[in-house]
Amino acid sequence: MANPNGIGASVRRVEDNRFITGRGTYTDDINRPGQTYGWFVRSPHAAAKIKSINAKKALAMPGVIAVLTGADMAADNIGGLPCGWLVKSKDGSPMKEPGHPPLANDRVRHVGDQVAFVIAATREGARDAADAVEVSYEPLKAAVDAAAALKPGAPLVHDDVPGNLCYDWEWGDKAKTDEAFKNAAHVTKLKVINNRLVPNAIEPRAAIGEYDRASDRYTLYTTTQNPHVIRLLMGAFVLHVPESKLRVVAPDVGGGFGSKIFHYAEEAVVTWAAKKTGQTIKWTCDRSESFVTDAHGRDHTTEAELAMDKNGKFLGLRVHTIASMGAYLSTFASSVPTYLYATLLAGQYSTPAIYANVKAVFTNTVPVDAYRGAGRPEACYILERIVENAAREMKLDKTEIRRRNLVPAAAMPYMTPVALQYDSGNFAHNLDVGLKAADYAGFAKRKEASAKQGKLRGIGLSTYIEACGIAPSAVAGALGARAGLYEAAEVRFHPTGTVTVFTGSHSHGQGHETTFAQVVATKLGVPFENIEIVHGDTDRIPFGMGTYGSRSIAVGGVAIVEACEKIITKSKKIAAHVLQTTADKIDFEDGVFKDKASNKTMTIAEVAFTAYVPHNFPHDTLEPGLDEQAFYDPKNFTYPNGCYVCEVEIAQDTGEVSIASFYAVDDFGKVINPMIVEGQVHGGLGQGIGQALLEHCVYDHQSGQLISGSYMDYAMPRADNLPSFNVSTTEVPCTHNVLGVKGCGEAGAIGAPAAVMNAVVDALSNLGINHIEMPATSQNVWQAMQGATKKAAD
Amino acid sequence: MREFSYHRPKSVADAAKAFSSKSEARYLAGGHSLLPAMKQRLNAPSDLIDLSAIKDLKGIKIAGGEVVIGAGTTHAEVAHSTEIKKAIPALCVLAEGIGDPQVRNRGTIGGSLANNDPASDYPAAVLGLGATVVTNKREIAADSFFKGLFETALEDGEIITAVRFPIPEKAGYAKFAQPASRFCIVGVMAAKTKSGVRVAVTGAGPGVFRATDIEKALASSFSAGASLPAVKASGLSSDIHAGAEYRAHLVGVMAKRAVAAAG
Amino acid sequence: MSSTSVSMTVNGKSVTKEVPARTLLVSFLRDHLGLTGTHVGCDTSQCGACNVHIDGKCVKSCTVLAAQADGASVTTIEGLAKGDQLHPMQAAFKEHHALQCGFCTPGMIMTGVALANEKSNPSETEIREYLEGNFCRCTGYHNIVKAIETGAKAMRR
Repeated sequence: MANPNGIGASVRRVEDNRFITGRGTYTDDINRPGQTYGWFVRSPHAAAKIKSINAKKALAMPGVIAVLTGADMAADNIGGLPCGWLVKSKDGSPMKEPGHPPLANDRVRHVGDQVAFVIAATREGARDAADAVEVSYEPLKAAVDAAAALKPGAPLVHDDVPGNLCYDWEWGDKAKTDEAFKNAAHVTKLKVINNRLVPNAIEPRAAIGEYDRASDRYTLYTTTQNPHVIRLLMGAFVLHVPESKLRVVAPDVGGGFGSKIFHYAEEAVVTWAAKKTGQTIKWTCDRSESFVTDAHGRDHTTEAELAMDKNGKFLGLRVHTIASMGAYLSTFASSVPTYLYATLLAGQYSTPAIYANVKAVFTNTVPVDAYRGAGRPEACYILERIVENAAREMKLDKTEIRRRNLVPAAAMPYMTPVALQYDSGNFAHNLDVGLKAADYAGFAKRKEASAKQGKLRGIGLSTYIEACGIAPSAVAGALGARAGLYEAAEVRFHPTGTVTVFTGSHSHGQGHETTFAQVVATKLGVPFENIEIVHGDTDRIPFGMGTYGSRSIAVGGVAIVEACEKIITKSKKIAAHVLQTTADKIDFEDGVFKDKASNKTMTIAEVAFTAYVPHNFPHDTLEPGLDEQAFYDPKNFTYPNGCYVCEVEIAQDTGEVSIASFYAVDDFGKVINPMIVEGQVHGGLGQGIGQALLEHCVYDHQSGQLISGSYMDYAMPRADNLPSFNVSTTEVPCTHNVLGVKGCGEAGAIGAPAAVMNAVVDALSNLGINHIEMPATSQNVWQAMQGATKKAAD
Repeated sequence: MREFSYHRPKSVADAAKAFSSKSEARYLAGGHSLLPAMKQRLNAPSDLIDLSAIKDLKGIKIAGGEVVIGAGTTHAEVAHSTEIKKAIPALCVLAEGIGDPQVRNRGTIGGSLANNDPASDYPAAVLGLGATVVTNKREIAADSFFKGLFETALEDGEIITAVRFPIPEKAGYAKFAQPASRFCIVGVMAAKTKSGVRVAVTGAGPGVFRATDIEKALASSFSAGASLPAVKASGLSSDIHAGAEYRAHLVGVMAKRAVAAAG
Repeated sequence: MSSTSVSMTVNGKSVTKEVPARTLLVSFLRDHLGLTGTHVGCDTSQCGACNVHIDGKCVKSCTVLAAQADGASVTTIEGLAKGDQLHPMQAAFKEHHALQCGFCTPGMIMTGVALANEKSNPSETEIREYLEGNFCRCTGYHNIVKAIETGAKAMRR
């Protein structure tokens, strides 16, 4: 490796310098001249009619500038928040897309729904005034649980959506799958709930709306993962403002995990209100407010059946899922329980026939959308849980049943029956590495040792595969995506040889400022410290799609490489001109251009200087400047995959579960920065273990009030809940991108829940317990143990 | 928070005087229950009377078979007190388990007791060790101090100045924490005192209470191996983290652990 | 408007301001002094993104009134480094990749420093327990624990 800071090195992060010294610039850290403050009046009801809104008292309070309502927005012809993915029901009809007004009109549909926006000179003053806004509600019955909302006679979330059914979608070959079940020697059945989660990026959302009358331009600073997507959706669908008049800036963003992908009402309201009131307005979410406004994740109820022959070979998988959409369709909500879920139901197995039916349901709850993994954790969970139970029922070792069904490496590329083509992977190898690392063979001894301490010990496996690098546009478009899914990059040399890279990816913890610079340093031979990565500002970067679905390196990173290739091509022409030869005679390596014939050389910095000081350029054949842009639209998804092994201990007296060990083996293809990749796995595991053991978003079934509405009741994983992780990678390069990368952001959150829950069930299986719902809280486990003991006694 | 006026008197008398002259005043001790409630606008006093500058409320003294803790003493000060560790180690264990390090640096014993959150730890110590709550007006025995959910025997404007803990023969505390808030689902203080065995349970019900059946069982043998009667679920709290049945079970488990910890 | 005069030393500098009585210390630091390194991540005194030191003790600045800190000496994340020289705990966080989005980081570092001041050689378990009042959603805490171990060691020197 010529460059010590190039691809493959654990380079310490460039961005850390500002974060560890308190000099990051998050949205709420930005203060604009003359800034005022906004606060939202929100619905205390899950479902109600708004009879009247009286802002007289509020407007009379000191410092209050305006109180705006849905009527004001309607008068300005402001549109509803759009959904970016059209899903069609199995009968061919389009999904139901009820209106999603940024400020409610006559109805509120979940606790936290926006009712009015108060603007005042101070934040507390705005909140004082919001308390004084009198809203008269007529409470209605709420539909809270998705399954109940489907039942006849359930209260309607939207009057124009019969039965609260958004869509009734199917995937896979039903007839073939039904046939497979007819021939089965054994069928394992399992009903599971994938618990609703609150994403909880530690930075609460915030937005600043600004309008400049002189240029008729708006600026929105917002906590988003994809500023151009927000600009497009807000400009085109909501505010009807030309994109040229709209700048969206996503500065440092304090975590996203999916929840900051979506275009939220507050962004549109502050931007619109900025012009309407002539004020620059800052809105910052309180944590309790974020619990009832940030899109939630998961919330599936699934019945699954796995058909096997007498040897435990999988013949077919049938899955029926009910997915809550919440009260409105959030930006990518419709795609999560469909194209990001059912397409992954093959997992790492060669199951020949798979059929999935998904009913998406409106409920009087916060909208549900993508959260780290988005659909893929749900698929992995149901599959790996049923496989584990199948092994038990077939009296096969959990590793043996997997080995009999894993897609062999030799079968790559492998076409699944659910429309994905895996390009690469060596699943059996990952399993071997994982089992060896975790000392699977020594488990019985450890179980015995735990028993001596009064603890039940269990071991659980999961194998996962995910479709990442969300793209390509053509496939996504055919499946209903209303956006393209490429990524953009621009590599701009400056005359003195330093480089600025503009990327459409957005870093909110992923470390792109470091990783992308490593890629450029390797490709162009420029010193790492001479490379600056710019992201997050629609006025500076080319039209980019942002960061989600573990796509940044696999799509954004490759776009940068393509732009680098263009730089090299152009540089060869310049070098050829200077060295008096032709471009095809020029070699490029480690930042140096060499004329193969004369051995004369020129550094890339010299080329850049010449490009900007083109004193004797032949202008008919050679343009000055060294600045190239690329848009990269991949050929396929990438398929990170891996094997996780978890051991748990359960205290017999309290039911308390603790993680005894966790081993993760991941194939992310080529790894650019191992340190950062490990960190991504750790974080994903933390969230996955959180889902399995702690986190649960609970609504009151009747009233639709959010019970777990703060950190007092929503259990966030803390340092003492989690173990030290043992992580490693196996590199099977992706075959269809030049970097060979697959992406690593979501893996941990996808693979961990099943590994943990399989371990929990394994620990309890002697009691006859074959399933426990997530989260496996002490009470849940204790109750299961009580139930099992009682059953045994009866 | 809604607006309020802020006062920082230097003496208990001045604090009480300030309180009586205001319409809806509240005392501010460590502020770790009151300020969050005010931030949520669930509580909106006209005046906050900060007790932190009152020197008389500070300090830990051991004398006459008692540990006397000033009401303004923080949880961290109790947790780290070498004198208390010698006299009543269970009290240090309890204080060390309240909230988190930052909360323990601000929260005070007086504030915690006056608030009487049903899931807080200190009520179990006060009731379980048979302590006496000293106020600017009188002394209140633990058995008559706690009046259920967020209610105490304190009168309007009365200020806790200190808590006197008689040193037990032995005592232990065990807590099963709620996974989100880390308050108590169940906390049990079990003590063998001169006046007999006392077992106080916090978190399980709407207020701290003595588990008299368990006390009886332990009276004959205060040991971890003692067989304890099952606790009835009726009257115990239920929430998303623990139903009454589970809480009842945990009272038994934590009582055993508390006795074991007492040594 | 009920306002109150507040004087304190912040990162070694004396400041005096007339602020509304309801001003929280975190808002005093962020909005009145422009020290935006201290963050607000929750409203229930749990996440620890707002942790600062008051008279050497780590506290949640979202649950302290500015008025309560009158007369005190406050240290924030901005006050740890000496010029360009990082505090050993800051350096350890970078070295061990103990941060991703960076939002919880200032509070984490302030807690790490407080722990190291209390215990010069904390074990992994002690570190994990001491982090009870600090939430991180990015790192799974693995590298934070390692960083605090290293940072505490470096502070001993």
